[in-house]
Amino acid sequence: MSTTIKPMITLEEICIEAEKIRLSNPNVGDKIVSDIYANAETIARPAVTKKATEARPWDHKLDDILTSRLFGYPIMLTLLSLIFWITITGANIPSQMIADILFAFQDQLLVWFELAGAPSWLTGVLVLGMYRGLAWVVAVMLPPMAIFFPLFTLLEDLGYLPRVAFNLDNMFKKCHACGKQILTMCMGFGCNAAGIIACRIIDSPRERLIAVLTNNFVPCNGRFPTLIAIATIFMGGMVISELQIAVASLVVTCLVMLGILITFAVSWALSHTILKGEASSLVLELPPYRKPQFGAIFYRSLIDRTTFVLKRAIIMAAPAGAITWILANIYIGELSIVGHLAAWLQPLGYAIGLDGFILLAFILGLPANEIVMPILLMCYLSSGQMLEFESLEELQRILIRNNWTWLTALCTMLFCLLHWPCTTTLLSAYKETGSKKWTFLTFIIPTTIAFTVCFLVAQTARLLHLV
Amino acid sequence: MNNVLTNIPLSTIGIGSMCQIVSLNLQGLLRRRILDLGMVPGTPVQCIRKSPAGDPVAYMVRDTLIALRREDASQINVNLM
Amino acid sequence: MTNANTEEHHKLLREHFGITTTPGQFTVALAGNPNVGKSTVFNALTGLHQHTGNWPGKTVDNAQGNFTYLDRSFLMVDLPGTYSILAHTVEEQVARDFICFGKPDATLVVLDATCLERNLNLALQVMEITPRVIVCVNLMDEAEKKDININISFLQKELGVPVVPTAARNGKGLDDLRQKLYEMSTGLCIAAPRQINYSLEVENAIQQLLPKVSRLIGPNLNPRWVALRLLDGDQAFIRSITHFLDFDLNLTSLQEVAV
Ligand SMILES: Nc1nc2c(ncn2[C@@H]2O[C@H](COP(=O)(O)OP(=O)(O)OP(=O)(O)O)[C@@H](O)[C@H]2O)c(=O)[nH]1
Ligand SMILES: [Mg+2]
Repeated sequence: MSTTIKPMITLEEICIEAEKIRLSNPNVGDKIVSDIYANAETIARPAVTKKATEARPWDHKLDDILTSRLFGYPIMLTLLSLIFWITITGANIPSQMIADILFAFQDQLLVWFELAGAPSWLTGVLVLGMYRGLAWVVAVMLPPMAIFFPLFTLLEDLGYLPRVAFNLDNMFKKCHACGKQILTMCMGFGCNAAGIIACRIIDSPRERLIAVLTNNFVPCNGRFPTLIAIATIFMGGMVISELQIAVASLVVTCLVMLGILITFAVSWALSHTILKGEASSLVLELPPYRKPQFGAIFYRSLIDRTTFVLKRAIIMAAPAGAITWILANIYIGELSIVGHLAAWLQPLGYAIGLDGFILLAFILGLPANEIVMPILLMCYLSSGQMLEFESLEELQRILIRNNWTWLTALCTMLFCLLHWPCTTTLLSAYKETGSKKWTFLTFIIPTTIAFTVCFLVAQTARLLHLV
Repeated sequence: MNNVLTNIPLSTIGIGSMCQIVSLNLQGLLRRRILDLGMVPGTPVQCIRKSPAGDPVAYMVRDTLIALRREDASQINVNLM
Repeated sequence: MTNANTEEHHKLLREHFGITTTPGQFTVALAGNPNVGKSTVFNALTGLHQHTGNWPGKTVDNAQGNFTYLDRSFLMVDLPGTYSILAHTVEEQVARDFICFGKPDATLVVLDATCLERNLNLALQVMEITPRVIVCVNLMDEAEKKDININISFLQKELGVPVVPTAARNGKGLDDLRQKLYEMSTGLCIAAPRQINYSLEVENAIQQLLPKVSRLIGPNLNPRWVALRLLDGDQAFIRSITHFLDFDLNLTSLQEVAV
């Protein structure tokens, strides 16, 4: 063959030669890009004709308002609280309806099990554990998510998110982080695991790590309804009923703002300690606004969220319900296993404004944040009076009977907002960073902050005799 | 030619003004990014708006709105048109 | 006729890209700038529900989906949006490696009709790698709203590849797109994509390297393009080429060269 006769050429040799050319002509890389663009111009210029239209298109006018010095920030805040307000208002009635239906069916199930002569432990595990856990998750999680996400997707489709990044970049820059971090946080509302994967849009590895480590301070899908539920029944419940929803929305907005503030603080701290470095660059494209497709968005994000919530409920909530029921109904001495664990956790729980059961529920909820409230309720219901949870209003009675005060509610919400990420999120963090160290930090930073904040709040309130 | 208006940093351009890229002093990935977006020498750029805090600033390049931080824009030299 | 239906190609896709194709199935890569509607086109063709959103960077993972047209099955890969495939970031590298070494039967480059110039930059780069390119000018409805008129037949003549105007969100132009993908994949249509004209300075440098590059890589890749990447000192590309084409190369000495 002729090729074998020729002297062998290696890639290395050619690289050396290319390197020589590059040394004598250092801008050849730039020149290549310029040349490609010159070609693109020659093709595009004659192919495109553009009629000169009115001087300022409408999206410029919209940008004038949405990114204005005066209104930029207030509009962001207003939109955020408006979304929460609509979500909380809208979720109330469907939540109640779903609860009515699902719990009516539970009674029916109990009747059938009795007719079939099922042993009480079987009825307990399947109906009072599994089914009840599932029903609770569906009734409480589904409606807020099915309202929140279409609204959020609407803003996303309009093109508002890049404007938020544009408005907030300066603050991120001050923390030596990247403005695109807010985009990853927005994805975190859906699911922190998805938020962490979205961090790939940040070019600087240092700033990407900051975004990964702090994503958890945005309440996800699984925590957000818990916040809404507690805010509605507790915080809102303290005022006259006309104001209940407004107060609840305000509380949730404040919590989300607190999460964002803590994100800034932690980003700043990381940039000045273990992830030391200057702010790098930002290249952010602001796409034109596009008219959202209302119908398609509502339909798709509704279906998306519903399947997501239902899937998680079946995978996580049903088994967790069964296990909790078992743990709550096996007695060792005076107390059930749950009772023993809670008693053991009580001092720590009390110190941070919670109680042993709440802390236990958060710990057992590690696989998925959705199941924290169902576990807690099941623990309360089994250990105390066997009161049946049938409506959302009854939730408040259950909690008060278990000595909840406004401080318990506040600390539970704070802990829920700030505590460790779920296992799915940790797994994503591990996949994205490829390092056990960063995954561990993703776990330990929120945990430390949650304990510290709740401890300070609880101790201050008690010291000042506010409770 | 007026000395003030040639070879000045992009970051000094006022809102609404048009300019043309002369050269980039940027390094590494950012330099490639900026080039890939079509900000090559000779490209017209218009300064469109400032963010509420005054930084970053959005520029129109080849029909696309692109936001850059002041530090980065100051490394791009332009001629005012 | 097409390179896709060999056992070897299936193996390559499986092992290097984690893509499992069925025998006789065509692969189609979906490339384009961020936020031009790639995922919308993908959804429209495959009937899947990839997330879309009006901001650059919505898709960061490769998604795959199937569709059937005229009794042939196609596997579509939704690549992350990139401004270029000169591979300065991981996403660009992923997109570039797939188009270059994954040897899809067709690469669909989606362009934004409202800023064609910037988008053509990427299309031209893709056309340098593979002749099996179809250009889809999406967002035609937006362009119309902005009174931008695009001469599609002129564009097609200039580019030398099929150009299909679409408004993917409204389902316009999709049939034409399927037809063109079919023709390209089955070899019914053979494109002669326009090659980039480089300035003298670059062209001279290419010519210096070209003979050796041609001899080294044989018919696998476009030697001009490889020469350009080497001139650019593209580390990621040198790693990819060694990885995919099994070059025996001493990487440590290479790194010294490249610094
Ligand atoms: N008006 C109009 N909008 C469209 C069309 N195609 C896509 N869009 C919208 O453009 C936006 C971007 O679409 P995507 O499909 O997410 O874009 P992409 O190219 O996948 O973006 P990345 O994943 O970020 O690279 C979405 O809001 C779509 O609804 C179209 O033909 N007409
Ligand atoms: Mg996409």
